[in-house]
Amino acid sequence: MAGHQHAAPAPVGGQLLNTTTLICGVLVAMMAAILLTRFLFGLGAVTHLNDGYPWGLWVVGDVIIGSAFACGGFSVAMLVYIFNKGEYHPLVRPALLASLFGYTLAGAGVIFDLGRWWNFWHIFWPGYSNPNSVMFEVAVCISAYIVVMWLEFSPAFLEKFGMKEQKKKLNRVLFFLVALGTLLPMMHQSSLGTLLVVMGSQVNPLWQTPAVPLLYLLSAIVIGYGVVLFESCVASSAYRRQIETNLLQPMAKVMLGVLAAYLVVRVGDLVVRGALGNAFQADLEAFVFWIEMALFVLPFVLIGSAEARRNPARLFLAGLSIMLGGVFLRINGFLIGYDTGPGWNYFPSVAEMLVTAGMFALEVLGYIVITRRFPVLPRAEAPAAH
Amino acid sequence: MTTRRNFLKGCLAGGAVAAAAVAPEAASARETHQRPPEALGLLYDATLCVGCKACVAACKQANNNPAEFSTVDKLWDTPLDTSGYTFNLIKMYRHGTSETKDAEENGYAFMKTSCMHCADPSCVSACPVSAMTKDPQTGVVGYDPDACIGCRYCVAACPFGIPKYQYDSPTGKIGKCELCRHRTKDGHYSACAEVCPTGATLYGKTSDLLAEAKRRVALKPGTWTRYPRGRIDGPDQSYEGQVGNYLQHVYGETEYGGTQVLKLSAVDFEKVGMPKLPPNSSAATSETIQHTLYGGMIMPIAVLGALAFVAKRNVAPGEDDKGGE
Ligand code: SF4
Ligand code: SF4
Ligand code: SF4
Repeated sequence: MAGHQHAAPAPVGGQLLNTTTLICGVLVAMMAAILLTRFLFGLGAVTHLNDGYPWGLWVVGDVIIGSAFACGGFSVAMLVYIFNKGEYHPLVRPALLASLFGYTLAGAGVIFDLGRWWNFWHIFWPGYSNPNSVMFEVAVCISAYIVVMWLEFSPAFLEKFGMKEQKKKLNRVLFFLVALGTLLPMMHQSSLGTLLVVMGSQVNPLWQTPAVPLLYLLSAIVIGYGVVLFESCVASSAYRRQIETNLLQPMAKVMLGVLAAYLVVRVGDLVVRGALGNAFQADLEAFVFWIEMALFVLPFVLIGSAEARRNPARLFLAGLSIMLGGVFLRINGFLIGYDTGPGWNYFPSVAEMLVTAGMFALEVLGYIVITRRFPVLPRAEAPAAH
Repeated sequence: MTTRRNFLKGCLAGGAVAAAAVAPEAASARETHQRPPEALGLLYDATLCVGCKACVAACKQANNNPAEFSTVDKLWDTPLDTSGYTFNLIKMYRHGTSETKDAEENGYAFMKTSCMHCADPSCVSACPVSAMTKDPQTGVVGYDPDACIGCRYCVAACPFGIPKYQYDSPTGKIGKCELCRHRTKDGHYSACAEVCPTGATLYGKTSDLLAEAKRRVALKPGTWTRYPRGRIDGPDQSYEGQVGNYLQHVYGETEYGGTQVLKLSAVDFEKVGMPKLPPNSSAATSETIQHTLYGGMIMPIAVLGALAFVAKRNVAPGEDDKGGE
């Protein structure tokens, strides 16, 4: 790592109360009211869930997509520590923070969706847990990863409170945390895809494949970089700071590399299984498949050249495109391409959407509070606004 | 200077995981489970069913389930589908003028909807907390609400759409047929079979039921034969009946590795709502992937070791010191 000089992380400072945090607060309050109703009267009182679509926005959106969006920390940490690309170090803390919130809330969000939530601990209890279950693996890995991330991130808190001794101790095992923090997301991001396998032919062949763990893993890594692009641009404009194009430019190139690998596996798998024909039928599944593919191909058009990668607007759009592609891949497999027979329909209720919005608002709130008070973002040369 | 070498090591570590993910068919492939030899089940013969729904009412009673209404006057139990409170339903197929029973064209037919008690159940493989279990002797797939976390993965996984959740309750449970396992200790058996007036639903060992099903499909349609009622190995309640126009297919013999509930029909099974399924179960595919990747935790530990080794070199001691100080 030695030899790379970059700005040390520092608190951004400034007011905590502003329009953004206020709106977030209102959304969080609405979420709380809806959740109260849910816990008093059951899932049916606020959601449109049914036995044809037992998983809806909360599982597919908040947990499966939410955790993929929270892969920035994993993707960047892997680049820095595993592939030894120290120059990206300034991106680690902000990315890790977003991941920390994304995962912690995804984990907490599971509870809202569990019909018999008070038994939740059974998953970890040897007498109950079923290691054959893909969901068991997902639950254990995500929980472990949340703990690891808090530890990985704790230097930011220890610095703030000047706990040098503890920080030294932590630093000695940091490498192991980093290794775990790379392994665990690999495991559960792939398994989130494997959740589909046991559903068999209820899932359209465009998304039902034994290669699904690899597809979800690769796409999660790509989404991780996409989210970092997206967040860096948003954070820079919100805090009126310089965009780290010198870092984002090469990172975007790495992202395109992984994305290319993803597309090769994705198309190769469809061809090998002879499922490509499903993409050329006149139905909704084929239509959303092409949207998904277009979103994953678009970044090559947007930021294919080094010149284009220096353009913040293009980086932002490429990040957004990847994130949306990830959304489609997951919604397509779990909802649109999931068919349990005639008569079943699902579209999330307003209450379900408000809870998802509330979760997102909570994430934004947390991100703002922590970046303003704790050393996370690289120290800006001359912060324009406070 | 060591950057490139470490980069390659990182690639290797990452590659190990990736390679494992693409080769799930490898060594530890888990075969589709077969029925246990003493497996219990039902034989439902659609050609014998008269659509009286005595079994639907008996199932409600046997499981203490409330009535469900679909008509305005709410006079009696009229569920339109199985649900968290309805574990058994007779559904009807109609075509054209609905004149002839068991005819695909201009005819009608019945089909029982209840748990198939799969040899290799998706619900059991899916359940993270062993709330869905398959009895090793009887093969009956039971549900334990005290273990269940209500994740509804079983609902999503079952190819027959059987487990259903009670969305209207803050403490909702999963509802599904457990082959009346709670009634066997006082000498009873499946309530639906017990009350069936025509023997369309017959209870017994699946091996006996399969032999009976094969006997029936081999008979010449229109001839007469004896049909047992109640339980196949119980006191003789059989009667003389006319042989239906059976399809040469015992549904459940091989589907998903076989099911313990078997079905006979004169109308195409897909048309009466029984899905076309391969002989290998998706539970086997899913568990093969999981066991290949995580069997004995060998792969994760190896990858973790590789990652830790690489990270140890890349995370300089005092790494974050240049951070805050
Ligand atoms: S029919 Fe469905 S609920 Fe019944 S055992 Fe098979 S997978 Fe489980
Ligand atoms: S809903 Fe209950 S029985 Fe079904 S998979 Fe989840 S924990 Fe198991
Ligand atoms: S075996 Fe019992 S629970 Fe199952 S369908 Fe028949 S009556 Fe209902």
